[in-house]
Amino acid sequence: MPNQSIRTYLTTKWAFAYLIALLFLLFAMTIGISFGSVSVPIPALIQIIGKEFFHLPISVEPDVMLTNIVMNIRLPRVLLAGLVGASLAIAGAAFQGLLRNPLADPYTLGISSGASVGAVLTLFLNISLPLIGLYTLPTLSIMFSLLTIFCVLTFARKMDRSMKVETIILTGIIFSSFLSAFISLMIALTGEELRQIIGWLMGSVSMRGWNYIAIILPFFIIGSLILIMNTQELNAMTFGEDRAKHLGVNVQRRKMWILIAGSILTGAAVAVSGTIGFVGLVIPHLVRRIWGPDHKHLLPLSLLVGSGFLILADLVARTIIAPSELPIGVITSLIGAPAFALILLKRRREG
Amino acid sequence: MLEVKGLTGGYGNKAVLDSVSFDVHKGELFGILGPNGSGKTTLLSMLSGVLDYKVGSIRIRGRDLKEYSAKHLAQVIAVLPQHSSLAFSYTVKETVSLGRYAHQTGWFHSWTSEDEVIVQRVMKQTGVADFQDLHFERLSGGERQRVLLAQALAQEPEILFLDEPTNHLDLSYQKELLDLMRKMAKELELTVISIFHDLNLAGLYCDRLMLLEKGQIQVINVPNEVLQQERIQEVYRTTIEKHPHPALPKPQMFIVPEKHVCDFAPLEINETYLTVGTEIIQLNSPIPLRTMSSGVTGSGTGWHQHFVNRHVHRDYNYEDHFAEMADFLKTHGFEPQETVGMMTAVFLDTVAFKFLRDDDFSVFIIVTAGVGNAIDASLADQHSWISTPGTINTWIFVNGHMAEEAFIHSIVTATEAKVKALHDLRVLDKVTNTVATGTSTDSILIAATQRGKALQYAGTITPLGKLISRGVYDCTVEAIKKNRKRIEEL
Repeated sequence: MPNQSIRTYLTTKWAFAYLIALLFLLFAMTIGISFGSVSVPIPALIQIIGKEFFHLPISVEPDVMLTNIVMNIRLPRVLLAGLVGASLAIAGAAFQGLLRNPLADPYTLGISSGASVGAVLTLFLNISLPLIGLYTLPTLSIMFSLLTIFCVLTFARKMDRSMKVETIILTGIIFSSFLSAFISLMIALTGEELRQIIGWLMGSVSMRGWNYIAIILPFFIIGSLILIMNTQELNAMTFGEDRAKHLGVNVQRRKMWILIAGSILTGAAVAVSGTIGFVGLVIPHLVRRIWGPDHKHLLPLSLLVGSGFLILADLVARTIIAPSELPIGVITSLIGAPAFALILLKRRREG
Repeated sequence: MLEVKGLTGGYGNKAVLDSVSFDVHKGELFGILGPNGSGKTTLLSMLSGVLDYKVGSIRIRGRDLKEYSAKHLAQVIAVLPQHSSLAFSYTVKETVSLGRYAHQTGWFHSWTSEDEVIVQRVMKQTGVADFQDLHFERLSGGERQRVLLAQALAQEPEILFLDEPTNHLDLSYQKELLDLMRKMAKELELTVISIFHDLNLAGLYCDRLMLLEKGQIQVINVPNEVLQQERIQEVYRTTIEKHPHPALPKPQMFIVPEKHVCDFAPLEINETYLTVGTEIIQLNSPIPLRTMSSGVTGSGTGWHQHFVNRHVHRDYNYEDHFAEMADFLKTHGFEPQETVGMMTAVFLDTVAFKFLRDDDFSVFIIVTAGVGNAIDASLADQHSWISTPGTINTWIFVNGHMAEEAFIHSIVTATEAKVKALHDLRVLDKVTNTVATGTSTDSILIAATQRGKALQYAGTITPLGKLISRGVYDCTVEAIKKNRKRIEEL
């Protein structure tokens, strides 16, 4: 049966893809926890994790200081970086599929800036909504993300009904600039110390602790689930909205859900880490290059690879000019902006 | 299957369609025609549920289109779009598999073995199975079209909408696609509704056609009724000519290109174009002439530029004289496709020709005549069938624009004149000993320049008929006399 063998081959291919992505994530997490001003040897790391999480009866008592570093500093930091990277990458992959646009990501579309406005408002004006308390920050960020993406898309449609790739990006950049200026204005008016704020704006996952993981986790799970339930629809929409409708996709509803899920993921990520650019652009692009554009696999694989990528980026950010730290957004932009330029160039050549 | 009533609407406030009503039956191949901007694509968008409409109703299988969910609708109708661009490069198989979307259930769309079987089947049907692992964007326009067709068929629809399906296809795939559509319509009762730009393809394949004009239905009927010359000229605002298909009882429409000034320059075929040799008589026209003939090559109707009457020996006998004649023409520098070629056993110097003129048209007639095997047509059954070279070859060149019926009149008139000539010269059928009406293998050629005066008729008392009767009679008499004299000399 040739069919059988093809299917076996395909199953193997995808199993292999997920295995590689998982190993990459595991590798990133391990060295992310292990490396730093105080390095944690890997055997010690295994002991600590084994004891703290699985309560294994380990004879050797791990070093208390190392346990402290791992459990209170490194692990939450790595997990947070991983969740933020995963959120941004899967959101980017979804936006690219929905808008048929390989240059779309939360950053280039201006959604990150929108989320920042929400976050800055909350942080610097000390807003706390009743009932949701801790979740005021991500809630406002998400609301501003949604508002921004709808403004961007409406504006882009007004400019050019066919919604060309470049039109959407240009609109995103216009909104992004406007919103950034708005943030600067707010900051200037509050009179806070500028360096700290710029550090926040460029994105960082340092010194956040478990609280922030609790903030992002529910949004991450909800957003990712919604997107993974819409992978076939994303595949269909790559052929254009009319074609997707011919194939039986309820375009209006699905589009709305994908936009909402993307905004939830972006908003929550920005709320906990500031604006980290280009993760959502580079990672899906890379995954697509390696494993093809089928959203059924593109989304989960982007999630895993994006997570590992941001952990490594964070590692570089905090070790490269130690003892001081670079904002993580500097690293992702250093990699992402040239990648953006390359994709644009390639598209132009092909088009 | 599909009922449309009073459908009105369009984009924005501009109504493109104006109360359109029609029904399409199950298993029917239904063609939509109309000039650009007549509302064809708008109508198709509404029927496929992509474009909303305010006034009127569309019912599919007795249910209103608006009651269908997107998924349910896609199980009933599928669309083959005119063109499709892709943002990302899927493989052919991935693209076709998307057609199964509407049939998949559950939150995560599990892929069943039934899906796999259907996808493989439609890929075979459309001939894309061989490149199922190639990337869509690497394919040619025609291949993409077939992949999209496979995608649409994978939906297992009951109605298939096509928007100018043959647009990117070369001839063989146009035929293959439409043959497949007709086969599926007849055997699987698939209802096919298609927009056509090509009136002839529509006429060949569709059961019924609907002609749209400015958003309204001009006519719905069988192809032969819809494709009327006057109607198409009026709706499309251009000059076309209708002719029957050579192999099928279907109409074909031909556009006639705008003529250039030089196409009207007066031209007179006369003696100056004629060369009489011992082996061949040839007439080379500067332009192709419209012909109707019974020659060995170039017979039937057509357009020919060269005319050859070849002398062959009395015993000429070839198994395949068509091929032999074609070879002969080629070795003498004639392209057989452009040449009307005849044969005769008579000596060519006995040829008779005559130029006759009326007020604003003229004819040039050339006859070679030998009457060795003269026959009385009324007693022809007393003769055995032996194909020997024609012995009265009549060429009639008309400097005028002849209608098709004038060609047929001309043949009748010329034949009558020939019979009269044989009668007056008392040429006898040697078997029956009665007056002969011709020989067993006479050939005739009517060739017209198709410039100048329009000549609708050529019966014996029409101006053209008069010239032909006179010319053919005189030339035949002269040629027979010359030939007799020549034989006596031998």
